[in-house]
Amino acid sequence: MFAHPSDLAAQIGDASAIIMAKGEAPDTPLAIVHDLIRLGRRNLHIVTLPACANPVSGMAVDMLIGSGCVASIETSGVSLGEVGSAPQFTNAVREGRIAITDATCPALYAAVQAGAKGQPFTTLRGLIGSDVERHREDYRVIDNPFEPGDPVVAIKAINPDVAVFHAPAADRNGNIWIGRNRDLLYAAQSANRAVITVEEVHDTDYFDDDKMAAGVLPAAYVTAVAHVPGGARTGIPGRISEHVAAYRQAARSPEGFASWMSGTLSQVAA
Amino acid sequence: MSAQSFAPEELYATVIAGLLDGLDHVAVGMASPIPATGALLTQARNHGATRVSILGNPKGAQWTNGGAELFDMAGRGRIGAFFLSGGQIDGSANINLVGTGSYPQSDTRWSGSFGSAYLYFVVPRVILFRWEHSRRTLVEQVDFISAPGQSEPGVYRPGGPVALITNLCAFDYDRGRGRFKLKSIHPGHSLEEVRDNTGFDFDVSDAVPQTSAPDAETLAILRGPVAARMRTLYPVFADTVFGAANAQSA
Repeated sequence: MFAHPSDLAAQIGDASAIIMAKGEAPDTPLAIVHDLIRLGRRNLHIVTLPACANPVSGMAVDMLIGSGCVASIETSGVSLGEVGSAPQFTNAVREGRIAITDATCPALYAAVQAGAKGQPFTTLRGLIGSDVERHREDYRVIDNPFEPGDPVVAIKAINPDVAVFHAPAADRNGNIWIGRNRDLLYAAQSANRAVITVEEVHDTDYFDDDKMAAGVLPAAYVTAVAHVPGGARTGIPGRISEHVAAYRQAARSPEGFASWMSGTLSQVAA
Repeated sequence: MSAQSFAPEELYATVIAGLLDGLDHVAVGMASPIPATGALLTQARNHGATRVSILGNPKGAQWTNGGAELFDMAGRGRIGAFFLSGGQIDGSANINLVGTGSYPQSDTRWSGSFGSAYLYFVVPRVILFRWEHSRRTLVEQVDFISAPGQSEPGVYRPGGPVALITNLCAFDYDRGRGRFKLKSIHPGHSLEEVRDNTGFDFDVSDAVPQTSAPDAETLAILRGPVAARMRTLYPVFADTVFGAANAQSA
């Protein structure tokens, strides 16, 4: 279960469907993302839970897209948060270089939670009459079987190949402490595998303490975990907002993006 | 800053606060500092009777079930008001957070619809805001409906738009008529300016009042307890609107 950091990306092959969390907490697997780019992964399908619209999570998705790793994405939103739009995502969608499946946040949560439970679909209100619903083959307006004349939207479950994220800590048995960031639990439960970096490793068992156990993703869901301090901000030496703003400026052109990425990858490899 | 003068953000927040009276729980989405200011103003005025949950910052909401909890609460009617914006908003209160022109290869691509396609249906009082009042943003018809202003009969729709606040004016939204009605014009702006910069048709009464400026008591609350809370949630915004923390205490 515990792996060398450089072996994690090997768990994520070409054409994998990967699910990533929103990055409000420092849960973006930036170190693994760099390795996926370095390994030249292709045809990845990204599912965001429910959006990657914080500076680091948005930048990570933007880097994967700009590096040609991504064939398709299902998301409720991709941006660099307060820093602004995600330039490589924006250009790739406009030019049709990636296929986008637009969603809405609660539909992604519903689909992932249905997937976590092993159910084929779930239902959700809202959506009817929106172009989000109109463009989705895997959303179907059905009649509420218990209240005829009440249309609801059936949402197909999502079971990605692999959940990839950074978490605060692991214990010696591979239990992952996620605190109240329950999105990481749902991501791991819906996915077939979970590949995780952690900030700290504690020589303890979280199940010995109920207060800790309440915030745990059990090791039963964990495929591989590695101790990577700062794994959610690899290559970001100073203030995150300033770094991501500089990235955004560079990434507006193909040349600027290529130059930024070669600099980042050589720096973090060093 | 004297009690007589005020920042535009303080005016907009005061208008927003006036739409939240008596609500048990108001939620504020990502990247919405002015709605957050308005919600916190309501909360400060009623001494905490209104619960305010602010997304995007772990300090903003006392929730434990991840990002789904907002939607679960809203689905159960536990959120009384929410705020939405749009790259485009049209006269039927449809909002577009996806892009202009064709789809999916848009001319301009924005970040995405986020929770709008659900929250617009289930939150009773959705307040629209857009701080660029122009024919580019307030259009006759949106190019992509992230969330519709109106629903067909029979569709579950306890929620929907009640107002649109811009940098020029405030509109009420009449769900029965499916149209915006000009409610007030902000100080320093005119009906002609509003008409010239609005791409959709809207209703106007004979005498449209000026938007009420925040009074001295309101400004004191904004610059005191509200500013203090905003410094922890939106520090850059708080410094810009309320001045640097050191200057404030001097």
